[in-house]
Order: sequence, then structure tokens, then C-alpha cells
Amino acid sequence: MASLNDYLLVSGLLFAAGLAGVVIRRNIIVVFMCLELMLSAANLSLIAFSRFNTTGGLPDPDGQMLVFFVITVAAAEVAVGLAIIVSLYRARQTIHTDELTSLRG
Amino acid sequence: MPLPLFWLFSTIVLTGAAGVIAFRNPVSSALSVVACFVGLAGLFIGLGAFFVGIIQILVYTGAVMVLFLFIIMLLDLKDEVKRGRSNTPLLAGLALSALFAIQLAGVLSRMPDRAAPPLDPPALAAAASNHKPGGGIATALNEGRLPDTRLIGHALFTRYNFPLQVLGVLLLVGTAGVVALSRKQA
Repeated sequence: MASLNDYLLVSGLLFAAGLAGVVIRRNIIVVFMCLELMLSAANLSLIAFSRFNTTGGLPDPDGQMLVFFVITVAAAEVAVGLAIIVSLYRARQTIHTDELTSLRG
Repeated sequence: MPLPLFWLFSTIVLTGAAGVIAFRNPVSSALSVVACFVGLAGLFIGLGAFFVGIIQILVYTGAVMVLFLFIIMLLDLKDEVKRGRSNTPLLAGLALSALFAIQLAGVLSRMPDRAAPPLDPPALAAAASNHKPGGGIATALNEGRLPDTRLIGHALFTRYNFPLQVLGVLLLVGTAGVVALSRKQA
């Protein structure tokens, strides 16, 4: 049986991969996908905590509830974010983060 | 969850995550995210969170990633494949995640490990006494099944009713915002 630390290790490595992707990749859509990976890493640790901390002999539903809310908010976030990316592309004809420098000091 | 299955799904998740960073083509990146999320759904289901696992597949891989692929193909991005990759962000990203992994190993090595509490039929039948006798949850528990969806539904419509309503408003605002954003400016 896999223990709690195994799940937390996988979750942490997934988060690290998402973090590395956000820094390494220059395509704003891929950066956005890496943000989703980081959210999912948090979801994995929430589900693991829910399973390993039972309330009344059953997995704690509060952890799964939080994941449900995170998934819903992430879906709304993706819709708005992609709409912003589309209008950015319309205005600038690029989504390469190196070429979007109007906010650089 | 048995160890071989755990490592199988973990390998799928971590390989998918590595693929997102490594592939030059955004479509390949999106497909590795899909693989990663399917592995994650496997881990969720192995942890007894059946509802969340199915939602992960339906919402994330079914809806969100299709939206991503749709936008990638709509924008027709091919230039990144030809572009060279500069070394500074690569080094910064690898250093950052290595630092994070070292910190993670430090925390996990000091944290007391614990095994999963049993969810076999006797444990489930023992938990049935906390629920209404004769109700759907208690019946399923007495039969040795984990009524995950019923438990979530019960929590969602009792203790989490107000957040659920707020979530509905959020989705409505999000929909209106997306329509306003993507309307062509005159």
C-alpha cells in the first residue's frame, strides 16, 4: 500500500514540474497549462489528506469538496484566461512572452 | 492503493508533466497534459475519491484541455518550433525546481509517515452507524461499498450549500466576462 508521504512526494514533484514549466516556457498557452498542473498537484495532496485522515471511518469529504471547488474555479479561470489570450493575440499577433514587453520597466 | 498501480499512475503523471515542458509543439504539450490528468484521475480513484476522479476526466481532460487545443489550433502557432531556446530561463527553471525538490525531500524525511486507514467491508459497515439507518448511504456502507458520490452530494447540499451558490454566480460572471472579452471591438 502506498503511504501518505508517497502521494505527497508525487504531488510535490508535479508541482515542481509545473513551476519549472512556468519559468522555462515562453509560449503563454503552455505557461497556462503548467499553471493547471500546479493546481492539480495541490488537488492530489488534498485528496491524499482526505483519504488518510478519516472522519467517522470514511474519507474526509471536506478535502474532496475543496478539490471539487478548485476544479470548478479552475474551469472558469481557464475560460477567462484563454479569452484574454485570444484578445492579446488579436492586438499583438504574438503570444510569445519575450515579445510582450510593454509593461517592462 | 496497491504499490504497482500507484507507481504506474505516478509514472504516467510525472512523464506527462515532463512532456509538457519538453515538447516544442504546443499541441504535443496539450496532449501530455491530457496524459498527466488521466494518470491523476487514476490516483484519485485509487484513493477512493471516485467522484473527483471522474470529474477530473470529464472536466479537465474532456472540457478544459479541448478548449486549450481549440485555442492552440485557432491561433495556428507554429513559430515556436523554429525558435531557438535561450539558456537563462532553462537554468532558472531547473534550479528553482531542484531547490523545491530538495526542500520537499527535507520536509518529507522529517514528517512521520502513515499508512491508509482500512476501507474494507467491516470498516465501512462500522461507519454506517453515523448515517441515517435505511438511507442510501447506510445501505451502501452495510453492503461494503463506499458511496462516495452520495457522501459528496450530501455535504454539497447541506454544509456547502452557500459556497455552491457562490460558485454558480462565479461561473455566470465568468461566462459574461468571456463573452465581453471575445467580442470583436468595433
